[in-house]
Amino acid sequence: MNTQLAAGRDTPLWRRLAGNGPVLAGGTVAVVFVLAAAAAPLLAPYDPARADFQAALQGPGWSHWLGTDDLGRDQLSRVIHGARASMQVGVLAVVLAFLVGVPLGLVAGYYERFTDSVVSRVTDTLLAFPFLVLAVGLAAVLGPSLLNATIAIGVSLVPQVVRVARAETLRLKHLDYVQAALASGGGPGTVLFRHVLPNATSALLVQATVGIPAAIISEALLSFLGLGVQPPDPSLGVMLSGAQPYIAAAPWMAVFPGIAIVAATLAFNLLGDGVRDVLDPKGPKRGGR
Amino acid sequence: MTHAPSAPVAPSALELDGLVRHFAVRGGTVRAVDGVSLAVARGEVLGLVGESGSGKSTVGQCAVRLDRPTEGTVRVDGTDITRLSRRALRPLRRGFHLVFQDPSASLDPRMTVERIVAEPLRLHRLAHGEELQGRVSELLRLVGLRPESARRRPHELSGGQRQRVSLARALSVEPRLLVADEPTSALDVSVQAAVLNLFSDLQRDRGFGCLFITHDLSAVEFVADRIAVMYLGEIVEQAPTADLFASPRHPYTAALLSAVPVPDPAVERSRRRVVLQGDPPSPLAPPAGCRFHERCPAAVDRCRVEPPALRTLPGPVPRQVACHRVDEDGTPPQL
Repeated sequence: MNTQLAAGRDTPLWRRLAGNGPVLAGGTVAVVFVLAAAAAPLLAPYDPARADFQAALQGPGWSHWLGTDDLGRDQLSRVIHGARASMQVGVLAVVLAFLVGVPLGLVAGYYERFTDSVVSRVTDTLLAFPFLVLAVGLAAVLGPSLLNATIAIGVSLVPQVVRVARAETLRLKHLDYVQAALASGGGPGTVLFRHVLPNATSALLVQATVGIPAAIISEALLSFLGLGVQPPDPSLGVMLSGAQPYIAAAPWMAVFPGIAIVAATLAFNLLGDGVRDVLDPKGPKRGGR
Repeated sequence: MTHAPSAPVAPSALELDGLVRHFAVRGGTVRAVDGVSLAVARGEVLGLVGESGSGKSTVGQCAVRLDRPTEGTVRVDGTDITRLSRRALRPLRRGFHLVFQDPSASLDPRMTVERIVAEPLRLHRLAHGEELQGRVSELLRLVGLRPESARRRPHELSGGQRQRVSLARALSVEPRLLVADEPTSALDVSVQAAVLNLFSDLQRDRGFGCLFITHDLSAVEFVADRIAVMYLGEIVEQAPTADLFASPRHPYTAALLSAVPVPDPAVERSRRRVVLQGDPPSPLAPPAGCRFHERCPAAVDRCRVEPPALRTLPGPVPRQVACHRVDEDGTPPQL
């Protein structure tokens, strides 16, 4: 058992990740989404905004694989471009949350006392709001646009990032090797950036992979409510919102963007769970060894 | 074995005066260290011995100011560092360093050996570029590691090798004081001797003063010039190593020494052993009077009331003991 564990620790990270079922499944779908989003203009068979009233409300068929909406726009093209918007918001919001949250968490964890009290109280207050309510509230204040939606979602993710970064700092700073860095003449910069941050990457990586699906869902929600992507630009949320009146007559209008949201969210959640299991030696071990 | 001069002219490598470290916990105060005074002369190895929980590690943490004493003063090489801020301490940290007990915890798992050993040199801006690399290889050679180890990470090394890396890092800045906190306790017995030998050789060659904290009496007998015995936050006896092992004065020291097995069955069978009853009392509520009286085979009424002071015994060698039952002339009680 011990030797197996030891061997597990020595296996390169990518190999351990590739051997994990959830990581493999979630990762594959996530990569498809990322590629689709990146190459949207090349992949989409039609202009996602071009209306064709002759072809309105067509079911899935050979010319429009996923059917058309009430304005005759190609659903497949809109889903692909919608995924692009989702990925953009997802990634940018998480990046924003990390740029703000990680430094705050590191500083709060390192200095404790006053700085920590202030940062932690503000974080706790923000955490008291459900994530989606916070995002919707902020987006409503900032005004409807994709950029503002991204900012709102990013800010809503900040408290969770602060928490993880702070907890990791608190855990790591009492370890002998961080104490040794202090004894070697290191200051806060050395401790935080050379020792704490590199050793906190696994926890932060996991946080990033759970942040992306959260951001994708909230983008869909904000766009559905009219606070995110503005029509006629496509977004999975905008599509769902537009499908509402036709839910009985043209169910494909809601089903396909809905499947896209579920698939993207599920994929990133599986990826996040799997990454956490692989990186956390104390976590549950899935899959046969 | 070199004894410290009785009246050192140069300042001691380390001088602790009335060191107190209390921790506030729910339900009271843990009196981890309660008035410890000791001095480590330049180039001297002072062994600090005690059971787990006696506060010996806390003394070490305070000595290098990784912890802040509640009271008392810490002087390193004559400089009072007790109340200096972290920032003000940083340049002074060239003068002292420490080796931790568990080398697998004290080396950053994400750094290479080279970067670990170079860190103090880099932080104190003592070398850079090729010179830094040269210094690191030199240090690795000094602690008996092959040059290839430089690019390894801690988990690729054995416990003994890791402790050698830790030693190389501590010695990189050529400190005048090294605090070694149980440096061999986490190692396999077979490796302990090798690391102790290395430590002893380096100490002789480089002449740093050392506070060697351990519960391992055979280790301390091998490396230390003098020994201080701690019990529940206080020093109960202090004497040159040979004298302490030959004739312990404090009943606790006698009990500790008699717990060391003798590798000769005949002697082992016939020798008298002092066996203590019970566990050390909680440092949350140390007993009144002498802290050792509850477990002391020689305790009398006075011991239960009056805490004994650490007093210097008459004689050619400087030794101190804190026990009412040790006579004026230094005769220990019959156990």
